[in-house]
Amino acid sequence: MRPEWKDFVGGLWEKEVNVRDFIQKNYDVYEGDESFLAGPTQNTKDLWAQVMDLTKKEREAGGVLDMDTKVVSTITSHGAGYLDKSKETIVGFQTDKPFKRSMQPYGGIRMAMKACEDNGYEVDPEVVEFFTTHRKTHNAGVFDAYTPEMRACRSSHVITGLPDAYGRGRIIGDYRRVALYGIDRLIEDKEAQKAGTPEIMTPEVIRDREEYSEQIKALKELAKLAEIYGCDITKPATNVQEAIQAVYFGYLAAVKEQNGAAMSLGRTSTFLDIYAQRDLKNGTFTEDQIQEFVDHFIMKLRCVKFARTPEYNSIFAGDPVWVTESLGGVGIDGRPLVTKMSFRYLHTLENLGAAPEPNLTVLWSTRLPLAWKKYCAKMSIISSSIQYENDDLMRVTHGDDYAIACCVSSMRVGKEMQFFGARANLAKCLLYAINGGVDEVSKKQVGPKYRPLEGDVLDFDDVWSKYKDMMKWLTGVYAQSLNIIHYMHDKYCYERLQMSLHDAHVRRYFATGIAGLSVVADSLSAIKYAKVTAVRDEDGIVVDYNVEGDFPKYGNDDDRVDELAQMVLRTFMGFLRQQYTYRDSFPTCSVLTITSNVTYGKATGNTPDGRKKGQPFAPGANPLHGRDTHGAVASLSSVSKLPFMEAQDGISNTFTIIPGALGKEDQVFAGDIEIDLGNN
Amino acid sequence: MKGYVHSTESFGTVDGPGTRFVVFVQGCPMRCLYCHNPDTWEMNTGNQMDTDEIIDAYERNKMFYTNGGVTVTGGEPLMQVDFVTELFTKLKEKGVHTCLDTSGIAYNEANTAYIEKLDKLMEVTDLIMLDIKHIDPEKHQKLCSQPNEQILKFAEYTAAKEVPLWIRHVVVPGITDDPTDLYNLGYFIGGLSNLKALDVLPYHTMGKPKYEKLNMEYPLKDVPAMDKNTALELKKHILEGIKAKRNAINGNK
Repeated sequence: MRPEWKDFVGGLWEKEVNVRDFIQKNYDVYEGDESFLAGPTQNTKDLWAQVMDLTKKEREAGGVLDMDTKVVSTITSHGAGYLDKSKETIVGFQTDKPFKRSMQPYGGIRMAMKACEDNGYEVDPEVVEFFTTHRKTHNAGVFDAYTPEMRACRSSHVITGLPDAYGRGRIIGDYRRVALYGIDRLIEDKEAQKAGTPEIMTPEVIRDREEYSEQIKALKELAKLAEIYGCDITKPATNVQEAIQAVYFGYLAAVKEQNGAAMSLGRTSTFLDIYAQRDLKNGTFTEDQIQEFVDHFIMKLRCVKFARTPEYNSIFAGDPVWVTESLGGVGIDGRPLVTKMSFRYLHTLENLGAAPEPNLTVLWSTRLPLAWKKYCAKMSIISSSIQYENDDLMRVTHGDDYAIACCVSSMRVGKEMQFFGARANLAKCLLYAINGGVDEVSKKQVGPKYRPLEGDVLDFDDVWSKYKDMMKWLTGVYAQSLNIIHYMHDKYCYERLQMSLHDAHVRRYFATGIAGLSVVADSLSAIKYAKVTAVRDEDGIVVDYNVEGDFPKYGNDDDRVDELAQMVLRTFMGFLRQQYTYRDSFPTCSVLTITSNVTYGKATGNTPDGRKKGQPFAPGANPLHGRDTHGAVASLSSVSKLPFMEAQDGISNTFTIIPGALGKEDQVFAGDIEIDLGNN
Repeated sequence: MKGYVHSTESFGTVDGPGTRFVVFVQGCPMRCLYCHNPDTWEMNTGNQMDTDEIIDAYERNKMFYTNGGVTVTGGEPLMQVDFVTELFTKLKEKGVHTCLDTSGIAYNEANTAYIEKLDKLMEVTDLIMLDIKHIDPEKHQKLCSQPNEQILKFAEYTAAKEVPLWIRHVVVPGITDDPTDLYNLGYFIGGLSNLKALDVLPYHTMGKPKYEKLNMEYPLKDVPAMDKNTALELKKHILEGIKAKRNAINGNK
């Protein structure tokens, strides 16, 4: 066994790149409580004060403190940057100083320019010239191939948020590999993959060989990035500090090279705990030191920033990076994957204070240790910063070494990736069905000229039949647009570093999404159970609806309407599965507009459920605001009836509740009256 | 059988132990000045729901209620005693924890037929939450438009039936915050052998919008919300009363 791996239980992972095997053979489940945790060190407090100061300055400067306008960001493009070198135990920034946003034009030069302009900067003219004349971008490629129909759908917002002008993101490199194996071994592995391709040079084989070569180059650059900071990651990490640093360098290289819509971290805590346990046992580090490493690591993740436009930020509500880290969960052998490191990660919310990034996501199972569940609840109450996902549901299809990209997209780390596909606006699609493809806002013929609604009263069977036709058309345009997008992204903005931390053959998800599900369900329910009459404008286009009578509303655990929601999802997925999908990708769907529901609502006219033009959709799979009148369980129950296998890319529900509604603040109810009396 | 139901709540966390399915029945003879559900006052109106419908809605999501159960509140549940008894009987057959949240106003020991019914209900009730609005008869009459005599008798009845009892009391500034009254309340409930817990609720003004919606004048529009810490202080008077009564009982033994 290699000296760096001393004291580890060996196994398959020594012979092949297999992080899961390493974790399973070596991790210690922690079933205790949080009492072992250490507070922030003085250095941590000082560094965080610096970050807070920079954050304040950034806010005062209007949202951006500094931007690179000259240097195109690559893994090795910048010198070392520090907050305070003498105090940082984990190092590395995207550029040569903190809070300076890097320039990433490979997704699209126009977006890069606009991001600069909107923030008061100007991209160096030479860079602009280079990326308009000499080097094509992903964005330029896509628009060369788009059909007029695709462009029309994009402008009318019946398809929205397509990653055609910015990085698609949603790919998680297995950054743990850098720590466990070191770059040399990973390069060796990739060389072997390249040597092992078939000998007949089909376009696919040529592409694979070129990609492996790119991946190897990226790995070499990653080693150089570490060198810039005076670190050597060519060999395996020897302790927990080096392991965290190696994982972070891997991630840092990814965000230096890609400004993706979501740049998630993976599932690193339990992996890193194995190193921490060894160091604690050997006396290499104390708990205080290990927590300091974690605090500094999380601090760095909180400082990841991209150059973006105000429009982008309005779709995604803020300036998110989606540094999602998945914590906990249960192994397929039944052992919880909760370790002390899982606690240390959540503890950063106390040591550094609450923050939306990294997006700490607890993979929830009924079988998690009670102390961990209680700690999660406690930290949720303190910080309001924890996301929860259903591990019992996802483990069935994804095993026990998957992670979440962005907010809900699950994928096996290093074995699966996805082609992010934004969303189709199914509420608008329903209006197209009623108006024969005419957009209700622009009055343009966007969809096919199918027979529009005749008469005034909407008949369910008639509308449903029209809706299916229109949905089939929309699914086609949508899927084919995505095929173009991902072809061009692979060609002009390939994620070579992230893919170098994947297996040779990965499963690709063709991740579509839908918006407006609750609007559609309620609209169909209104048409079916109440009386809906169309109101036409002077051109005969239906622009409004009169609803007489009551109808079942999604969000009340009422099967009459909940089944309509399920039917819409199944129908959409059915059409999607009929489509060709790029690179043999596996079609999936998500119902997860967590923030952009506002934007989608703005672009959509009056709907038959009584929702008015411009009003926001509900986020994700939520019931429409105020329509769930039977309490949280009934509301969640409607959502949970959506079949996961038809929405494998995730179903989200945004849940807000006032603390008082979660129960009494003290123990008066639970306690025995004698205790309250203080008789003793 | 069917009962008049105002609404159901699938995520009740303040109406008994654990997470509960809560049934708000329609109809109440009390007119408490601070009532935050005036829409449940009117009798013989609202949704007609069958006990089986309620049980079905409960069972669909019963995994949420493993540490909870079903609470019937209102309105005044004891105005529909047959309905509640049938519901609780069916729930008990399924091993579900049942909780009755009542004002006790409907109690009438002279009506033997009613008492017989009540006896049956007590057999299938795991917990009673009794809201004693005021210990002073006159102030009670003023606050609730009804005397409190029957309510206090009902409390003693539940003790005789040995059904666990939680007492709830809302403290309203200037109305139910007199230390002597609170002590007396404690002294009364201290004598109830089935008393398990005391919950003192600070008066809030969240019911106001409902009155506006119903075009009703809000009777306490000039009364401010009760401060939470003051409520905790006031609770001590009740506890003292309980203690005094308990000591008196123990001293007599």
